[in-house]
Amino acid sequence: MPVVDITKDLDALTLTIVADFAAPVERVWQLYADPRQLEQVWGPPEYPATFVDHDLAPGGRVTYYMTSPEGDRYHGCWVVGEVAAPDRFAFDDFFANADFEPDTSLPASHCTYAFVERDGGTRATYVSGYDSAEALQQVLDMGMEEGSRSAINQIDEFLAR
Amino acid sequence: MIENDEDRADALFHALADRTRRDILRRVLGGEHSISALASHYNMSFAAVQKHVAVLERAGLLTKRRQGREALARGDLQVVRSTAALLTELEHAWRGRIDRIDALLDQLKE
Repeated sequence: MPVVDITKDLDALTLTIVADFAAPVERVWQLYADPRQLEQVWGPPEYPATFVDHDLAPGGRVTYYMTSPEGDRYHGCWVVGEVAAPDRFAFDDFFANADFEPDTSLPASHCTYAFVERDGGTRATYVSGYDSAEALQQVLDMGMEEGSRSAINQIDEFLAR
Repeated sequence: MIENDEDRADALFHALADRTRRDILRRVLGGEHSISALASHYNMSFAAVQKHVAVLERAGLLTKRRQGREALARGDLQVVRSTAALLTELEHAWRGRIDRIDALLDQLKE
């Protein structure tokens, strides 16, 4: 299993996930640098993601929408912070309106992704932070109702190919 | 509210270990009920229902308030979905995402 460690900080309201991937850092970075690859891993299978604008540079924006099984679209926007390719980048992930403008009245996820070489592969550290428990709850209610079951189904589909 | 995590878990499991209390909790999670309205659903005394409500209240699963002569009870979803539970939910979403990344990296290698 690629996930090697999970840390929940109940006070800082952060979730830190450490995962090891059997691919070089440059290769893992490409997953985020290429919107066509990014959309294959971002959303859960029932809510596939489509990335529209993709400016992974400090101050840049990355916009996307996720499509529900009923065909409804849920828009999101990253406001990109620090970028140090291929080692790390940071962004705030906002809910957005249909024009991909961030909705600042809704909570954002503060994200930092970092990648370091380890035994020929990559150790990735993903940190997601929230301003309050209510903010986290709202994010879960609105955007991340992804069941682990659907993810497992998708792995099976990959393996069956 | 009980501060210690282990004590809280004890209180939660004790509160939920009884069929009547689970039924009461289901009702008050759906909306506010007076204790007397709750009592009418069960073949037991008002005082017995009051005791069950008190156990749920101690576990933090419901809150009570007074309105005139009536005591009203409502379920507290915040406790049911504590911060830890929320972070666990987020963890599930992330595990799915990590698995997708791993599968995609694998697929692209071939």
